[in-house]
Amino acid sequence: MRLSKWQGITLTTITWLLALIIFFPIVWTLLTSLKTEREAFNFPPSLIPIPSFQSDDAELDEDTDEATEEAEEDEGYSIFFEATFANYERAIFDADFGKPLINTLVITIVSTFIALLLGIPAAYGLAFKPDKRSNFTLLWLISTRMLPPAGVIVPLFLLARDLSLLDTTTGMIIIYTGMNVPLVIWMMRSFLLDVPYDILEAGRIDGVTLLQEFRYLVLPLVAPGLFATGLLCMIFSWNEFFFAFNITKSQAEPLTVYISSFKTGRGQFIALMSAASTLAVLPVVIAGWFAQKQLVTGLTMGAVK
Amino acid sequence: MTPTTSTSSRTEKPKRGDQISDKLLRRSLIWPAIIYMIIVTQVPLLFTLRFSLERWNMNRPDRRAFTGLDNFIDVITDASFWTIIGNTFVLTGAVVLITFVLGLTFALLLNREFIGRGIVRTLLITPFLIMPTVSAIVWKNVLLDPSFGFLSKLVESVGFPTPDFLGQYPMVSVIVIVVWQWTPFMMLILLAGLQSLSHEQLEASQIDGANPFHILRYIVIPHLRRYIEIAVLMEILFILSVFGVIFITTTGGPGIQTTNLSYAIYDEAFSSRDIGDASTMGIYAIILANIVVAVFVQVLRRGSEEGVTT
Repeated sequence: MRLSKWQGITLTTITWLLALIIFFPIVWTLLTSLKTEREAFNFPPSLIPIPSFQSDDAELDEDTDEATEEAEEDEGYSIFFEATFANYERAIFDADFGKPLINTLVITIVSTFIALLLGIPAAYGLAFKPDKRSNFTLLWLISTRMLPPAGVIVPLFLLARDLSLLDTTTGMIIIYTGMNVPLVIWMMRSFLLDVPYDILEAGRIDGVTLLQEFRYLVLPLVAPGLFATGLLCMIFSWNEFFFAFNITKSQAEPLTVYISSFKTGRGQFIALMSAASTLAVLPVVIAGWFAQKQLVTGLTMGAVK
Repeated sequence: MTPTTSTSSRTEKPKRGDQISDKLLRRSLIWPAIIYMIIVTQVPLLFTLRFSLERWNMNRPDRRAFTGLDNFIDVITDASFWTIIGNTFVLTGAVVLITFVLGLTFALLLNREFIGRGIVRTLLITPFLIMPTVSAIVWKNVLLDPSFGFLSKLVESVGFPTPDFLGQYPMVSVIVIVVWQWTPFMMLILLAGLQSLSHEQLEASQIDGANPFHILRYIVIPHLRRYIEIAVLMEILFILSVFGVIFITTTGGPGIQTTNLSYAIYDEAFSSRDIGDASTMGIYAIILANIVVAVFVQVLRRGSEEGVTT
């Protein structure tokens, strides 16, 4: 739409303001993660981190040293605060962050890999060799993806218990693969349908095998789509909570369940909690930023491009 | 591409043998995935159905018995079940409505060139990428907590009494958090729709003297119809199953004020250990979701018939 110069500037300002408000909780968490537990409670808050000149060890001592803190408080309000990475250190080394992180990585990567392995051939079949039942199959797959997790949690829990899969990464991988297969099929099918038929035809005349056809003709064309599909599966698996919470305990708990244990920590470890939260979401947030364009296709299972 | 010397049968007209091998090929491509999905989704579904017909509390396994439709009647004649259904509808309805309005607003604002557009878009989609448990924990402890939360202190500092958001307005708080998470979803899909709208069409209508509201009402919204349908229906399905935010912020309370169907099923199965009733509620949840899925399927079908992207 055509706008006057001032209308444009006003709209841009409004847009920026709204975006910053929406993003604020994230900035706030980041800032909190860089403060000491004591500073985290201060109001009005210090907003601008400055590099710390003390070593991290000294700051850790400060946490427990009441006298220093009292003195600090007397200094009054400052908009600046000394950034500390002590909370990140504590989260990684003292707060058992490692095990859930490894669990999450294993569950996410393996389940995504198996989902692609099962889903890509199916997408291939449904895209290039459709028959009368293909449409039904595709729609049925949507209904499995949209099945409310709460509707199947009781039998999944009991089955996992009886098969000794409770609190194992294997159990989680089996469930998450099921969550991702329909997504892979729908997304990959929509990308495969974009492959020009001429190319396939040419390959067939040359008599390439199906595997060659996929490897040399199709894969180079759908590689970005394949990448996006894998990334989306990982995002969903990384962030899933309901199954993880009900199927795992201390051994196989992923990050989502680990983070939920801060639920009752009310206020005591706000800075530590913020640091752990930041670490837990960082990989997926960065991956999502890079895959913004494909996100829409993925979220709608290929229905919108 | 590797050229091969073998003659391909595909260059000739398909013979009967080819048709059979083609069929075999299709099956071997598709069936592994289908079988896997049947095992991990349809088998549990059948079990849920079976358990829903049983009286079975894990605290009293000796009393386990087949009771037919008793659970179904017990559950719907229980007043709290209707409160839970009501909560589920209020939460889902409010979130979908608010995220639609906000998502459309953001999509319209982003559908023009301006300084830092890419950055703004990145900032706006981030809440959707953050794991829901982290969002819930952060909102609960860092923003809404009555003693330490930033928003509570902000309200306090302007002279109002310290609010206890989650205690006083539990459902509103949950809605706000879920809206924060899901607005980017709506925005992204609607933005994709807006970007497929031609600028010529918009400019022509502007020259014709249509005001912005009319352009939105008669040109933009109709064009976005399919995108809106897909976004709204998918979001309904996801929001019906919200669990993490409720579990972390309110554990369904106070009382059952913020208990939705998902949370109620979890509570019935793992606190009351009543497998029968939990499964019955599970079946109700599946029926509810499938009504929405049926509409969704119609939308997708219509899309493919009209030749729009499928």
